[in-house]
Amino acid sequence: MRINWTSVCVDDQQKALQFYTETLGFRVKHNIPLGEHAWITLVSEEAPEGTELVLEPAGHPAVVPFRKALVEDGIPYTAFAVDDVEAEHERLVAEGVRFVQPPTDLGTVITAVFNDTCGNLIQIMEEKGQM
Amino acid sequence: MHIISHVDVYRAIADPTRRAILDELVDRSGQSLFELCARLIMKHGIGSSRQAISQHLDVLEAAGLIRTRREGRSKLHWFEGAPLQAIGERWPIPTDEYTSHSTDEDNEK
Repeated sequence: MRINWTSVCVDDQQKALQFYTETLGFRVKHNIPLGEHAWITLVSEEAPEGTELVLEPAGHPAVVPFRKALVEDGIPYTAFAVDDVEAEHERLVAEGVRFVQPPTDLGTVITAVFNDTCGNLIQIMEEKGQM
Repeated sequence: MHIISHVDVYRAIADPTRRAILDELVDRSGQSLFELCARLIMKHGIGSSRQAISQHLDVLEAAGLIRTRREGRSKLHWFEGAPLQAIGERWPIPTDEYTSHSTDEDNEK
């Protein structure tokens, strides 16, 4: 058993595709139309053979209150690893991305949380002391 | 209304977790529940549940020590110092008197 995919529920797959590729910088691995929606998976440029991120349509009624409650309390839907949270924060702010939590030093990690414009908060995390 | 909120202040700051919450909100204003919980566990070793922290926030808000505001769809928390200032005004430190009555022990500090 392997962990090949992880997913994020998005309001609008095409809008999400744009944000996750053009703004965040991920690369499309699969984009297969499936009726109303599509099977869209992305990979990191840094790990093209690594875990794929599935842009899952947030179609189920239960997803709405679930994500609303997460966003209300500032809870990220998922997290991505970065080498330098400060640098990513600066880069993304310049791209117009809105952060609900600026880079915060929590001792062993530095984290920040931004809005993905598709209904989710996403955390970026840098593990300290890796050098 | 004012009297109730002043009474609550003493109870609110009597709890060490609630004091840590205020410390973190002074460090950065406008935090979500998630950020506060992350700071409490990582910086203070306070591993209380999100529900418990949420209840602490309710007490602090009832005491007027924090206020909340929505930014987009997230609820954020701010420190509000007015109730503590009111304590200082209720029992002002008489600076001149304090100096004249101070003991040798105080002077050594």
